Amino acid sequence: MATNTESTQHLEVPKKRKRKLPTEVSIFLVLIGIALLFEVLGWAIRGDSFLMNPRRLLIMILQVSIIGIIAIGVTQVIITGGIDLSSGSVLALTAMVTASFAQQSDYLRAVYPALTDLPWVLPLLAGLLVGALAGLVNGALIAFAMIPPFIATLGMMVSARGMARAYTDGQPVSMLTDQFTWIGSGANPVIIFLAVAVFFHIALKYTRYGKYTYAIGANPQAARVSGINVRRHLVLVYSIAGLLAGLAGVVAAARAGTGQAGMGMMYELDAIAAAVIGGTSLAGGVGRIAGTVIGAMILGVMLSGFTFLGVDAYYQDIIKGAIIVAAVVVDQYRQRKRNKTT
Amino acid sequence: MEPNNYSETLNKDRAGFLLEVERVRKTFPGVVALDNVQLKVRPGTVHALMGENGAGKSTLMKIIAGVYIPDQGEVRLNGKTLHLHGPLGALEAGIAMIHQELNLMPYMTIAENIWIRREPLNAFGMVNHDRMNRMTETLFERLGIDMDPEMDVRRLTVAGRQMIEIAKAVSYESDVLIMDEPTSSLADREVEHLFRIINDLRAQGKGIIYITHKMDEVFEIADDISVFRDGQFIHSAAASDMTSDEIIKLMVGREVTQMFPKEEVPIGDVVLSVDSLSLDGVFENISFEVRAGEILGLAGLVGSGRTNVAETLFGVTPPSSGRIVIDGKEEVISSPHQAMLRGLALLTEDRKETGLFLGLSVIENMEMAVLRDGYTRATFVEQHRLDQECDSMTERLSVKTPSMDERIGNLSGGNQQKVLIGRWLMTKPRILILDEPTRGIDVGAKAEIHKLITELVRNGVAVIMISSELPEVLGMSDRIMVMHEGRVTGFLDRSEANQVNIMELASAPVQPPVAHD
Ligand SMILES: Nc1ncnc2c1ncn2[C@@H]1O[C@H](COP(=O)(O)OP(=O)(O)OP(=O)(O)O)[C@@H](O)[C@H]1O
Ligand SMILES: [Mg+2]
Repeated sequence: MATNTESTQHLEVPKKRKRKLPTEVSIFLVLIGIALLFEVLGWAIRGDSFLMNPRRLLIMILQVSIIGIIAIGVTQVIITGGIDLSSGSVLALTAMVTASFAQQSDYLRAVYPALTDLPWVLPLLAGLLVGALAGLVNGALIAFAMIPPFIATLGMMVSARGMARAYTDGQPVSMLTDQFTWIGSGANPVIIFLAVAVFFHIALKYTRYGKYTYAIGANPQAARVSGINVRRHLVLVYSIAGLLAGLAGVVAAARAGTGQAGMGMMYELDAIAAAVIGGTSLAGGVGRIAGTVIGAMILGVMLSGFTFLGVDAYYQDIIKGAIIVAAVVVDQYRQRKRNKTT
Repeated sequence: MEPNNYSETLNKDRAGFLLEVERVRKTFPGVVALDNVQLKVRPGTVHALMGENGAGKSTLMKIIAGVYIPDQGEVRLNGKTLHLHGPLGALEAGIAMIHQELNLMPYMTIAENIWIRREPLNAFGMVNHDRMNRMTETLFERLGIDMDPEMDVRRLTVAGRQMIEIAKAVSYESDVLIMDEPTSSLADREVEHLFRIINDLRAQGKGIIYITHKMDEVFEIADDISVFRDGQFIHSAAASDMTSDEIIKLMVGREVTQMFPKEEVPIGDVVLSVDSLSLDGVFENISFEVRAGEILGLAGLVGSGRTNVAETLFGVTPPSSGRIVIDGKEEVISSPHQAMLRGLALLTEDRKETGLFLGLSVIENMEMAVLRDGYTRATFVEQHRLDQECDSMTERLSVKTPSMDERIGNLSGGNQQKVLIGRWLMTKPRILILDEPTRGIDVGAKAEIHKLITELVRNGVAVIMISSELPEVLGMSDRIMVMHEGRVTGFLDRSEANQVNIMELASAPVQPPVAHD
């Protein structure tokens, strides 16, 4: 039988791959809108410009970078239909470990007096390794022990924080080498953040790794039956999320010049918020890194803007919470419109 | 036969229509799903709605059932225009619908699923489970269904779930009952059962709208027939005034052969041999062989374990004992991933549960299984090459979609099925297992799929085909293995097999199982 030309032609729609306006564009407009709002409020309340201040913008984007690096991993986890609550604690643990391998030799109370003045790669690798291991444990618990992601990463959140404290009995790890702190100096965190973002944006879009990640989130059973090794892939995704939390820990320690067990408190929630504001669906199967980057920027602009206007920190949190919920409401609305049912 | 507006028989007692649909139009982005269509259902009749995949049948049914709001046009029930704002309104007005896809909650019991939102309450406003179970039993007694109301729905087979959907729809006691391909997952025996239920409802004066792609069913059950093509109303007449060929011609707009003729191809060496395969509590002692170029049909009633055997071969549920030998080598297959490494492919039975990535696009759904076989250069997916192959497969299977980037959830059921068939054909398997491959697929596309399968076996692929449609099994298979309650009850050669001896083996077990050749 010949192909059904009559019936397909009737629709008069070409079978071309048509590109729709990506959701990132609309989120980006929201970002611009918020920034302009602060600009207006700045002139109205403080008689000063919010945007025309390079120093403030640099500080803002530096703050965004560390959360942003975490959020890139968390986004991928959420796309698989999971969640990662451990990233803030893993950041703290890696900051401690990485700092302990980056101390100067003239510091008398170094954690490892024999291992001081090491080249910067070693503490970096140690940090990445710790992060990846934490992620690996998360992934293994979820994929093989069948523990729900919420519970597994909640456990990791609590114990990684504990390990960070136990590592030096709660003492900060300071006096780090110059070559190590260089990692966090100047605009380096921003460069690292954007490089990681571009890398994973491409990986999600153009590689098998990315396609499988979406498939597992969309329908894990169908993914398995399509021959995808779902368990192995989940372990990989959680390990990458851990690795990125580790990277964030290294950058944070290098920037602060110290490792402290209290670092990264609640960062996991900011990371999840950045992903959700950026259009990642907690139901799985939907999300993009570009959206998450913009989502993180929105959080950064808000933090910086409220501080600039002198809004009390408590109120900042209240407004932030409302914006996160609003983002989800908008997302739901968009989904419903896509399905167009009553 | 020239399509006229609608026949006189239907026009005569115009005042007496139970349900009237007029000038209904419905568009989706990029698609005109329905364009100025009509449908008139008389009380006490079964009205069959026929049309190719994507003709707009389900869309119109969803409009009648309040799921979609039409862009224009009206729906009248007993002469009164309906203004529906949701499925609830339709139920209250007296319209119930069995959807093409199953919509049950797997972790709730059968009774809870049936009476959801209508649970009997006790004096404290709490659900009275005893009463609900008794109500279910009464309903089941009336419908002749034999199931435990307290069983979890997830433990039912697809056919079992379909029966629950039917019972649930009947329990609303509505005037109009819409059935969108209710038999696509039912075997003959359950179909007969459903028809008894339908006859009962018809005798009570209800109007039943019945959608199916199976011609024989239409003539057995329908009083009136309406045909749609590409979102347009084409023709309506009494079933007795139409023939199967006429209907197909109206549906497709030209002549088609109903089923692709079987082509004899040389049969080669044994590719897959299965020896006393068992899965505890599900099936036992299954042994058979499939050769290159051979189509082995698997027949049996629903619940006979055919799907379970297929899933075990493919590593979805690894066996508890037995041997699987591929090309003379014993293999341990513990996951679909490993099965695919050994050249197997399985089109699963439940497309919503284990087939579709509903939120993803047509192309993502189609390419997902083949991605693992190359299609990457320096870790980047060769999207361009994939696009081309998916495009040609889409064309070959005449998948009707506005674009390859359309979300697959927006395609009609039959077109979703075609995409899944495409997914597995693209993996170029050596052993292809098809579980209800043409479920929900229209006559024209079915012939095309049969042709594709024939092409595969000509190239030496071994095919195992499960189908509840006996004519399809009889028409395509070289040999037929019949199962009953998890055991093989016999093998029939193409030359000796017919509906009667298959049904005999499928219902009355022969002990011990007949050894195969
Ligand atoms: N929610 C939706 N969004 C976009 N397009 C849709 C939607 N629902 C249906 N369509 C389109 O409308 C057309 C008619 O679909 P419909 O499901 O009514 O077909 P059908 O006649 O029931 O086919 P089948 O026999 O395959 O079930 C198809 O082209 C389909 O792609
Ligand atoms: Mg349909």
